Amino acid sequence: MPTVELRFSPRAEHVRTARLVAAAFARRVGVDEDLLDEVRLAVGEACSRVVGLHRRHQHREPVTVTLSSENGRLCVAVSDQIPQEAASLPVPVELGNGTALPDLEGDFDNETQLDAMALAVINGLVDDVEIHTGLDGGVVRMSWPASSERAG
Amino acid sequence: MDLSLATRTVDNNTIIEVGGEIDVYTAPKLREQLVSLVNAGSHHLIVDMEGVEFLDSTGLGVLVGGLKRVRAYDGSLKLVCTQERIVKIFRITGLTKVFPIYTSIEEALAGGPRE
Repeated sequence: MPTVELRFSPRAEHVRTARLVAAAFARRVGVDEDLLDEVRLAVGEACSRVVGLHRRHQHREPVTVTLSSENGRLCVAVSDQIPQEAASLPVPVELGNGTALPDLEGDFDNETQLDAMALAVINGLVDDVEIHTGLDGGVVRMSWPASSERAG
Repeated sequence: MDLSLATRTVDNNTIIEVGGEIDVYTAPKLREQLVSLVNAGSHHLIVDMEGVEFLDSTGLGVLVGGLKRVRAYDGSLKLVCTQERIVKIFRITGLTKVFPIYTSIEEALAGGPRE
């Protein structure tokens, strides 16, 4: 049972709200101050990605973000409601040496490339991340170490 | 937080001072500014990001788009940023290999040492 559940209309102006809620919750459950920027960025990326997905598929259902503290870790899940057939998740860009950079000669306004960049950022920032898709939609799950389980 | 943009010209370079957060909501405003500048003939751009408090991949996409546009005119797009939390996102996406990032406007104008 998540401690905090946030649902918002798939509009860009609400992504900042989700970032701020995630950062506040992370601080509350004892995530190290040095990691808060990472939490804020990763949650923002995941939410932005879902907003884009819902918009492209003209899906008006809210984006759902769940936050919980389990076993000394902050757990965040950002869910979309786009069926797997409708959303083809690009393979995340590999990072580090041999990075597959966005094709600067191609159309970087392409939303698939932007999606790939968002996933690349999430993968690069978060040590513990899972991305799943299914007929009922997809979910990005991320976790970070927290020093306490004050939230419950 | 809203995005603030201010421009000035120094030695054939247009400096864009960006303040606030660049995310999925505010990035289109930066994109519009870059497009407008390039269309007006400004092909050597310096984006001063010292006032940026947040940057995500949407912002990166806008900057890459700007770089592509100026390159079509043999122009340049340089960045000024000393904030590690902002430079970090360029680093983890490999875009430090793409964008010259300077520690000051003066260095960017001189084309001096980079981050």
